[in-house]
Amino acid sequence: MHRFANPARFLKLARPLTAATLALGFALTTAALWWGLFRAPPDYLQGESVRIMYLHVPTAWISMGAYLGLGITGIAVLVWKHPLAEVALEALAPVGAVYAGVCLLTGSIWGRPTWGTWWVWDGRLTSMLVLFFLYLGVVALAGAFDERSRGARAAAVLAIVGLVNLPIIKFSVEWWNTLHQPASITLKGSSIHPDMLYPLLTSAGGLGLLMAAAVLMRMRAIIAEQRIAARRARLAGDAA
Amino acid sequence: MKPKHQRLALAGAAVAALGVAAALALPALKDQAAYFYAPADVVAKGVTPGQAIRLGGLVEKGSIERSADGLTIHFRVTDRLETVPVAYTGIVPDLFREGQGMIADGRFDDGGTFRAETLLAKHDENYMPPEVAKAIERAEAAAKARPEK
Repeated sequence: MHRFANPARFLKLARPLTAATLALGFALTTAALWWGLFRAPPDYLQGESVRIMYLHVPTAWISMGAYLGLGITGIAVLVWKHPLAEVALEALAPVGAVYAGVCLLTGSIWGRPTWGTWWVWDGRLTSMLVLFFLYLGVVALAGAFDERSRGARAAAVLAIVGLVNLPIIKFSVEWWNTLHQPASITLKGSSIHPDMLYPLLTSAGGLGLLMAAAVLMRMRAIIAEQRIAARRARLAGDAA
Repeated sequence: MKPKHQRLALAGAAVAALGVAAALALPALKDQAAYFYAPADVVAKGVTPGQAIRLGGLVEKGSIERSADGLTIHFRVTDRLETVPVAYTGIVPDLFREGQGMIADGRFDDGGTFRAETLLAKHDENYMPPEVAKAIERAEAAAKARPEK
C-alpha cells in the first residue's frame, strides 16, 4: 500500500485510471439505464415505478460501500498520518454524500406511489438519512480548519465513529419492523427476476466506476491545489 | 511499540468498543425502534382501546369488503399468528391488496376493530414481470386443484 501512497506515483497511475473509469462508467451507466428504463419488464405489482430501482438500489449500495472506504481512509489518516489519505478522505466525502442523497430522493419518489407516502421514520429510512448527514458532517469538519491536515484528522474521527451506522442500515430491516422491505439479494440468492437483476447489476457497476472517476478527479485537483499553495508560499518567501 | 502501532491499536480498540456498544444497544431498542406492531404484538402487549398505535401485517386473502358508502373498507390483518379486523375510510394506495403487507396508524374501538386513520401499503422483496407472476398464480391454482381430481 505504501508503494502507491507516494503522491507522484499516485498521480502517474491516477491520470490514465481517471480516463478509463470515466469512459467505462459512462458507457455502462448509459447502457444500464437504457436497459432498465426501456427494455426491462414492469413489475407485477409496482408497474412502471419499479424502474426507479435501477438508480435507487445501486446508489444505496455504493454510498454504503464508499462510507466503508471513508472509515478505512479515516483510520489511515489517524494511524499512518499519510498526506494522500487526507486527500482521499476530503475527495471521497462529497461524492458519497451525492450518492446517498440520490438514494434518498429516488426512494422518496418511489415511496409515494408504492407505499402511499414520501417519507416515514422507520429504521431503514432513518439510518440512511443518518448516513447522508455523516457524509455532510465529514465534509463540513474537513473544511472547518485553516490547517488542512487538522481538518482531515477531525473528519477522520467522525468518519470512523460513523462506521457503526453501516451494520445498522444493513440489518435495520431484520432487527426491527420497518416499512422498507428486507433485502432482495442475499447469500441465498435473489428474489429479483433475472430480467430485472442484470440491468440492476450493470447499473451498479457503471455508477461505481463513475464514483471512482469522480474521486480520482477530486484527488488530483486537491493535490494540484496543495502544490499551488506550496509554490505560492515559497515564492512569497523568496520575495521577502 | 512505535507510535504508529500505538495509534493503530488505539484506533482498533475504539472501533471494537463502538461496535460492542452498538451491538448491545441496538437489539435492546427493538420495541422503541419498531415502526409498527404486528397483530401478535398487539395481543401479547394488551393494547387498550383508544391507544394510538401503528399496526402492520398482511391483508388476509378474501377479507376485503367495501361498505355501502363506497369509501369505507373492512378487512382483516394477520401475521399468521393472530388476526385483527380493520376499518379504514379513504383512498387506499395502489399496492394495497389482499395477500400484501400494509401498515396503518389508528386505534382500536371498544368492539375490537382497529380504526385506521392513515393506511400505507408495504412492498415485499419480490420483483418479477407480470407474466411470471401470472405463471406462478396458475401453477399455484393447478397445485390446489390437483387433490380434488
